[in-house]
Amino acid sequence: MTSPHHTGRLSTLAAALVVARRDFTAILFSRSFFFFLLGPLFPLLVGSLAGGIGQKVKMSVERPILGVAMSPADTDAMIRAQKALADQLGPAMPSLLVVRELKPGEQFDAVAELKSNRANLAAIVTGTPLKPVLTGPQDRIADWQGRVGMLAARAAGDGPMTFPAVGLNSVATSKADQTQSRVLTAQIGQTVLFLLTMLLAGMVLSNLVEEKGNKIIEVLAAAIPMDAVFLGKLFAMLAVSWVGISVWALVGGAVWYGAGHSLADYAAPAVGWPTYFGLGVIYFSLGYLLLGSIFLAIGSLATTVREVQTLSMPVTMLQLLNFFFASFAMAMPGTWVEKAAMIVPFSSPFMMLATAAQHEGLWIHLVTIAWQVLCVALLVRAGAAMFKKRVMQSGPAKVSKTRFWQRRAPDSAEVTGDPATP
Amino acid sequence: MMKLGDGPMTGNPGGADPRPLAIEARGLVKRFEGFTAVDGVDLTVPEGAIYGILGPNGAGKTTTLRMLLGIIEPDAGIRRLLGTDRPHEVAHTVGYLPEERGLYPAMKAYEAIGFLGALRGLPLAEGRRRGKELLEEHGLGYAIDRQIRQLSKGMAQQVQLLGTLVHNPRLVVFDEPFSGLDALNQGKLERMMRGLAEKGTTVIFSTHVIAHAERLCDEVAIIAGGKVPFAGPVDVARDRIRPQVRLETRAHEGSWRQALPGDARHEGTHWYFTLPESGIEPLLRALIEGDAGILSLSIERAGLHDAFVAIAGEAAARALEQDKEEMR
Repeated sequence: MTSPHHTGRLSTLAAALVVARRDFTAILFSRSFFFFLLGPLFPLLVGSLAGGIGQKVKMSVERPILGVAMSPADTDAMIRAQKALADQLGPAMPSLLVVRELKPGEQFDAVAELKSNRANLAAIVTGTPLKPVLTGPQDRIADWQGRVGMLAARAAGDGPMTFPAVGLNSVATSKADQTQSRVLTAQIGQTVLFLLTMLLAGMVLSNLVEEKGNKIIEVLAAAIPMDAVFLGKLFAMLAVSWVGISVWALVGGAVWYGAGHSLADYAAPAVGWPTYFGLGVIYFSLGYLLLGSIFLAIGSLATTVREVQTLSMPVTMLQLLNFFFASFAMAMPGTWVEKAAMIVPFSSPFMMLATAAQHEGLWIHLVTIAWQVLCVALLVRAGAAMFKKRVMQSGPAKVSKTRFWQRRAPDSAEVTGDPATP
Repeated sequence: MMKLGDGPMTGNPGGADPRPLAIEARGLVKRFEGFTAVDGVDLTVPEGAIYGILGPNGAGKTTTLRMLLGIIEPDAGIRRLLGTDRPHEVAHTVGYLPEERGLYPAMKAYEAIGFLGALRGLPLAEGRRRGKELLEEHGLGYAIDRQIRQLSKGMAQQVQLLGTLVHNPRLVVFDEPFSGLDALNQGKLERMMRGLAEKGTTVIFSTHVIAHAERLCDEVAIIAGGKVPFAGPVDVARDRIRPQVRLETRAHEGSWRQALPGDARHEGTHWYFTLPESGIEPLLRALIEGDAGILSLSIERAGLHDAFVAIAGEAAARALEQDKEEMR
């Protein structure tokens, strides 16, 4: 211990990075982090499975299977007509299933066949292409009447035999359509931002419990300012969140893209997709730091994990409140409510991301980002001061419950103080 | 809070110590919800000294140290640490071992030392390298790659102690450093503290075990009930009590007995009394002239324990003894 070292005073930011690095690596290399990464993938998996099943159900409802019971020639004609029209009309054209090819003069009881319904048919077409009869539930056959008529006409040779290629000439959407579509993009952006913040910022609540439990908080408090401890913890959790989001976005994006979706399905935001995503990153980070600084301060006052768990419910409600406020404000453009949602620090990130989807101007984002950064700094400082005042003290273990008139003056020779913490 | 003047700080105001001060506190007060934990504490710790804060549990030792280090702010009074009233500005030159030890359980021993160094401004890689060296030097090489949770409490305490010193601080603050250590490791720690002082490092520690303070300290502050009734060199504390005289005489009666001080008590052939203000010579003369037949005479200087009793009072001394018993 004799060799000289070159230690220098740490700035608050440098000290925060020491804490952040420790927390980040501790979380990243813990076993529980794997489950943290997997957690949101379960709902994605369940969602995609449910979506797949739903899609199949929807398709089967929209594209019914109709039974055909006609003479062999008529049946062939109906099947050929169905194939030709399905190429043109797609899912709108019902599928056909041959129930029976009738011999000349043979009678067929469609009602009885439907009641037995071995082939899960929606309805049955009988008769001839010139005089088709559709048997099925009353509320459904009215919908299919026209399509069956078209099929029968084609089978009878009365329908169109060729289909000319149709030239496509698209036009830009109207201003009203564009505004409406961008509202949807804004809503989706806001909701994603809210879900991510709600999922991830709550983790900060229990962040100081470890230090308090391990008694290392006093070592930290003696070495670096409490602001740096708070900031470091927030940075670490933000970095952990970004790792999680990157993994989820990669996996979720691949699944989403693989399912045939693309950004072109949605109206491009007013600032353009790249800027919109960039602002999304910034607003998530600031929203996380804003809410996180409050949660960290609240959580730091808790002494046990149970207390932290009790606190998490009102905290979630607080987040919901912010989200509803920002959503409500989005529907009231140009009013004081919209301005208030931009100014109130906790709703500001949600509101501003929605604004980016709807309006082109960027200067307002620069102003609100600066405002949000200032609010983060103030909240971190206030949280750290409260923690220092309320927690970092060695006062009496229990406050006297006796009423003031019952208390006696301490004997001057008596040793006073807290027996647990001198 | 009062502000200190800009004049240079030197040790032992009113005394002859010319050394600059590592720590200066004047009138420190800390209240917690109506309870005054520290009530007007004054301390001056010269650079390079080993300084002990002596008092029973609950006397205000930890609160005083926490205020000095900037962990909590005083309600009144001033504190200066290595020339500044903002302790975090000099945190990179200070080491602190709190009473309640604590490390991250998942960290390996050398990583924990590196982390404690990094908190004090030492580059992490350098701190980890030094951590390995220090563990080897102190016979804990086998624990380098062990996680803190795998170490015994005593070993973890030693790791934290090394982490407190890894950045070569100018000032080291130990809060009850001997608690939780066996006799062997207490001895090692005492030697380490002396070694630090020899290199010019200022060492300040709190304890409720008088023997440690008596063996180690140049100066002590006696604290009880949040007040410091005495702060200064150990010798000055002991001199607060007049030396005790033990006299053995052949004769039991005689005119010489009138020369004995008023507090003299008789046990068998021995007399015990406080050395008179006038010194031993006039008394010796009276004993010889009165033909007392002096068989033996010894003058014993008071120990720090007696000084503590005299200064802090019987109640504080009893509390101190109780703390020691509880420690066992």
